[in-house]
Amino acid sequence: MSRPRLIKESSAPLPLDRELLVRIHDLMVKTRVLEERLIQMYKQGHGYFWIGGPGEEAFNVPLGLLMKKGQGPEYDFLHAHYRQSGTLLALGEEPIGALRQMKNTASDPYSGGRNFAGHFSLRKYNVAPVSSPIEVQYSIAPGTAMVQKRVGGDGITIVTGGDAGTAEGDFATCLVWSSRPANPLPVLIIVTNNKWGISTSAEGQHGEPRVSERGKAFNIRSKTINGNDPVESYLELKEAMEYVRKERRPFLLEANVSRLYGHSSASGANYVTEEVDCLKDFEKRLEQDGVLTRQQMDDLRNRYTEDMAAAARIARDEPLPEPESIWKHIFAEDK
Amino acid sequence: MANMAQAIRMALHYAETHLGVTDIFGEDVGAPLGGVFTCTQGLKTTWNSPLDERGIIGAAMGIAMGGGRPVAEIQFCDYVYNTIDLLKLAGNTCWSSNGDWNLPMVVRTPVGSGIRGSIYHSHSFDATMTHIPGWKVVMPSNPLDAYGLLISACKEQNPVMYLEPKALLRVKGEERIPGEPDDDRTLSKLIDAPLGDRSQWKPQWPEALEAFAVPIGKGKLVREGHQVTVVSYGRTLPLCARAAATLADEGISVEVIDLRSLWPYDWDMMKASIQKTGRVLFVNEDTEVTNFGEHLVRRTVDELFYSLLAPPRLLAGKFVPGIGLADTLEMASVPQQNDITTALRALAGEQP
Ligand SMILES: Cc1ncc(C[n+]2csc(CCOP(=O)(O)OP(=O)(O)O)c2C)c(N)n1
Repeated sequence: MSRPRLIKESSAPLPLDRELLVRIHDLMVKTRVLEERLIQMYKQGHGYFWIGGPGEEAFNVPLGLLMKKGQGPEYDFLHAHYRQSGTLLALGEEPIGALRQMKNTASDPYSGGRNFAGHFSLRKYNVAPVSSPIEVQYSIAPGTAMVQKRVGGDGITIVTGGDAGTAEGDFATCLVWSSRPANPLPVLIIVTNNKWGISTSAEGQHGEPRVSERGKAFNIRSKTINGNDPVESYLELKEAMEYVRKERRPFLLEANVSRLYGHSSASGANYVTEEVDCLKDFEKRLEQDGVLTRQQMDDLRNRYTEDMAAAARIARDEPLPEPESIWKHIFAEDK
Repeated sequence: MANMAQAIRMALHYAETHLGVTDIFGEDVGAPLGGVFTCTQGLKTTWNSPLDERGIIGAAMGIAMGGGRPVAEIQFCDYVYNTIDLLKLAGNTCWSSNGDWNLPMVVRTPVGSGIRGSIYHSHSFDATMTHIPGWKVVMPSNPLDAYGLLISACKEQNPVMYLEPKALLRVKGEERIPGEPDDDRTLSKLIDAPLGDRSQWKPQWPEALEAFAVPIGKGKLVREGHQVTVVSYGRTLPLCARAAATLADEGISVEVIDLRSLWPYDWDMMKASIQKTGRVLFVNEDTEVTNFGEHLVRRTVDELFYSLLAPPRLLAGKFVPGIGLADTLEMASVPQQNDITTALRALAGEQP
C-alpha cells in the first residue's frame, strides 16, 4: 500500500503481477465480446432492449475480482446497476446467462425471461436484483450493511450507480444513512461517472467539480479515480475496500469511465469513437510491457467471439417461459 | 383488556423475542418516545431512523436481503407516498428475480381519519396498497386481531403492509389476548411508559404471551344475519357492527364480515354470505374512485350476479383532495355511523 505508484505514467512498469494482469485482460475481453454480442442480438431482433457496460470493463472487472464472494452477511453484497456484466463475469458467471436474459428465455438465470439484459440477480453471491428505477439501490444498501456490521466479520456492502442519478434523493439517503456518527456503516459507495444521463450532459446535470466531493460534507472519505485504467481501478478499489472492511465506515469512490456504445439501444448502441476505449489502451500497455503479444490478444478475442456466437445460438433456440408461469413466484413459499 | 397500541407492542415484543425480528425502526420509534402512537415503547430492537421515508423502506429491504427481519414504521401513511416505487420494487423482487430473492419484511403505518388529523394525517392507504402486487396487506379492527395479524406478519417470507386504523389505536378490546393480564390497570403499569423521564424505565412484559396468530387471508364473521351482508375493515368495522345491532332492533338482520386481510382476502367467506343474503354493502373510508371496495363490487357482479337481490353497494370516502380539520368537514368526508346505518337500511329495503 505504501509502495509509490506511478501508474498514471504509461512508461512505468505495470505494478501488478503478470498473472493478475492477464486475468483482468481476459475478463475485460470476455466482457466486451459479450456486450458486443448482446448488441448484435438486439440489432438482429433477438431481444427487445439492450443496456450494458462496454467501456466500463476496466473498473467493473477489478471490482468483481476483489469482492468477497458468497451468500449471506459474512460476504460482500453488491447493489449494482445495469452496466456491470464485467463484475458478474469476474465473479465467475458464464456469459450465456446474459445472452439468455437478452433472449428472455425460460432458462435466463437472473429473471426467467422477465427482465432486461444487464438486470442481474444472484443470491448465491449476494448480488441484489438490478432495478430499472435508477438509484433506488442506494437506499437499500445501508440495510445490508447494517446487518453486516451487526453480524461482525469483514463483509461489506458495495453499491454502484451513475453520475446523473446522483440527483435522486436515494443518493443523499445513502450518504446520510451510512455516515451517521452513532452508526457508521461498511458501505463502499461507488459512482461511475460517464459524464452523461441518457442525453443530458454532466454540465446540465450537476455542478460539483467532482461527485466524490459530496462525501466531504458527511465526513465520508472519498476519491475520484480513472476508471478507464484497470490497474488504477484495481489498486484504488483494493485500498477503499480494505478501509471499509477494516474500519466499518463508508467510502465514496467516483470512477471516471467511458460510455462506448451510448446509453442503450434507445440511443442507437453504436460505437462512440471520441471516448477513451479502456481495452485498447490496456492492450497497448500490455504489449509495450511484454505481458502479452498482439497475436495472443487477437487470438483470445477471436476465441471468445466464437464461443459467444455458439452460446448465442444455443440461447436462441431455447423456449420462452410458459404463459402460466406469470403466476409463479409472486410470493415466496414458506421454506 | 389491551387497547390496539398495547396489542401491537406486545406482538412486537413476542416477535423480537421469539420470531427473529431484528429491527423495529422508523421516525421516533425508539426511545424516548416509542412511536407517536406509543406502539413501540420499551421494545429491545427499536431504533430511531433519520427522517427519511425512502431510507426507511430501503433499509427495510436491505435488512431483509441481508438476513435480518425488519419491522419498519412510516409515521403516517400520508408520508409513505414518496416511497411508492420502493414499495413496488419490494413487491416485485421475488417475481422479477424468478424466485431467487424474497423479502421477509413488515411495514407498519397508521391510516385513516378519526383523530382530527387534517389534510396530512388522515389519508387511507388501502386502495393504493392493494394495487401493488407482491405484498400481503392487512388491517385489524380490534386488539386481538391486531396482535394475531402482526404475529403472522412477522412470520412471513414476504413483504407485509400492516395498516393501523389510528382511530382505533386507543380502543380497548372485548376479547383477551392470550397471555395478557386480566385487568387493564395491571397491564398499563407493566407495559406503558411513564410520562416524563423514562430513562430508567423498563417494561415488564407479560410472560404468558402466546404465539396467537390470525392467518393472513382469513376474514372474521363478526355477526350472523340473513338479509344483508356488510363487509368492512379497520375504523369502519365497529361502526358496521353497531349499525347491525341498531337495525336488529328494527327487525333487519345484517351479517357483518371483518375482512382483516385485504390481500389475499377471504372471498369464500364473502361469497357464502352474499349468496345467502343477496345484498351486500362494502364499507371503507378511502376515497371512492378506484377504491378497493370497487374491486369487490366488480367481483360480486362477475361471480354472484344471479344470487343478487339488489345492486352491490359501496360506501366510501368522498373523492376530495383531503380531509379538512373542522369537525363538520371530516364528518362529511368519510363514512360515519349514521351513513352506514342509513345505507344498510336502504339496501335492506331496496326492491327491483
Ligand atoms: C427513476 C428513474 N428515472 C428515469 C429513468 C430513465 N433512465 C434510465 S437510465 C437514465 C440515465 C441515468 O444516467 P446515470 O445515472 O448517469 O447512469 P448511466 O446510465 O449514465 O450509467 C435514465 C434517466 C429511470 N430508469 N429511473
